[in-house]
Amino acid sequence: MMLSRRQLLVLLPAAATAWEFVLAGTPEAAPNYNSTDHWWGMLLDITKCIGCGNCVRACALENDVPEGYLRTWIERYHVDDFHIENPEVDSPEGGKEGFPSGKFAGGKNFFVPKLCNHCVDSPCTQVCPVGATFHTPDGVVLVDQDYCVGCRYCVQACPYGCRYFHPTKHVADKCTLCYHRITRGLTTACCENCPTGARQLADFKNPSDPIHAFLKTHSVQVLKPHLATGAKNFYFGLDGSVR
Amino acid sequence: MIKLQDTTHLLRMAAVFAIGLVLFLVFRSVFIPKSFGRYGHFRGAALAEAAAKPIHYAGHQTCEECHPDEAASKAKGVHAHVNCEACHGPLASHATDPSSLTPQLPDVAHLCVRCHAENIAKPQGFPQVNAAEHSGGQLCDTCHQPHSPAVAEGARK
Repeated sequence: MMLSRRQLLVLLPAAATAWEFVLAGTPEAAPNYNSTDHWWGMLLDITKCIGCGNCVRACALENDVPEGYLRTWIERYHVDDFHIENPEVDSPEGGKEGFPSGKFAGGKNFFVPKLCNHCVDSPCTQVCPVGATFHTPDGVVLVDQDYCVGCRYCVQACPYGCRYFHPTKHVADKCTLCYHRITRGLTTACCENCPTGARQLADFKNPSDPIHAFLKTHSVQVLKPHLATGAKNFYFGLDGSVR
Repeated sequence: MIKLQDTTHLLRMAAVFAIGLVLFLVFRSVFIPKSFGRYGHFRGAALAEAAAKPIHYAGHQTCEECHPDEAASKAKGVHAHVNCEACHGPLASHATDPSSLTPQLPDVAHLCVRCHAENIAKPQGFPQVNAAEHSGGQLCDTCHQPHSPAVAEGARK
């Protein structure tokens, strides 16, 4: 068979596309959970957080977080009227056992729960040299601990300080948004154990998720919006002094 | 017509390239995991591995299946939105096999104050007490039933 130059030029891209499919293999069958049907984020209501530390303890138990490390934590802010730009922040053990009752005179006082923002344009994923940290199709940033080489670049890249170097596994570790729970239809351990509903897991692709009604009537904010990381943790009642 | 002896150096070069290409393809197939690139620039199988981890908190829906009475009494009170394991701890193993683990009653002396101890940073409307002043050292469940903690007017001292 002889091919003309025109025919060859038509066939080459077609063959390349076909080869891509051969390389990719057949997609894995996921019986109950279709990752492209979801887009996960979280709603954090500052006006409801009581700093009890339930989320921090639940996260540690659910995910075997090593002692002294945190995937989620609570910060207590004290904002003085004269030092709005320099709030006093404390977080004893990440708020794991709550906060001492000590009173600050005047000013504003509130708790801010923090965790991985599962950013859409996450700096941590961009810097990984081996493809060990990645975005799942449902918007969760995960670490493939079998593939991680432990270079710690992502730990430095995260502007929210949400990653740590696992002391015994010697790989990067972080919040998985309880991927093993949300894929089974459960909520995350922190949201399950929050007694006031200050944390709520949100599925933006689910039209009946209460997040949509909430966002229509409330002003929300993300942390460090100027970094344009596409953070998906939406805070209600966030004070401008929070960093 | 090009004579063969004029092309041997080209053929040798081509052979070197061919061997290099074969080596590249062999190493590539050995070192790159099969599922790499299935969803993006990462090992696709890592997704299923992350999803396969065991759970420790069963979730309140599971608790309520077997404990409807507790769920009903809780639903009436101000603790309606507090999920079971927030106080009782992680009990997924109990949910899978009730005989494997008997849940212990929470230690009321420490449990209640975790949320209800006075702290200026807590939201204004949230019920907070100085436990020592409030009860004079008595345990909270002397007056308050944790599933539905409001104290009836008549019972107030």
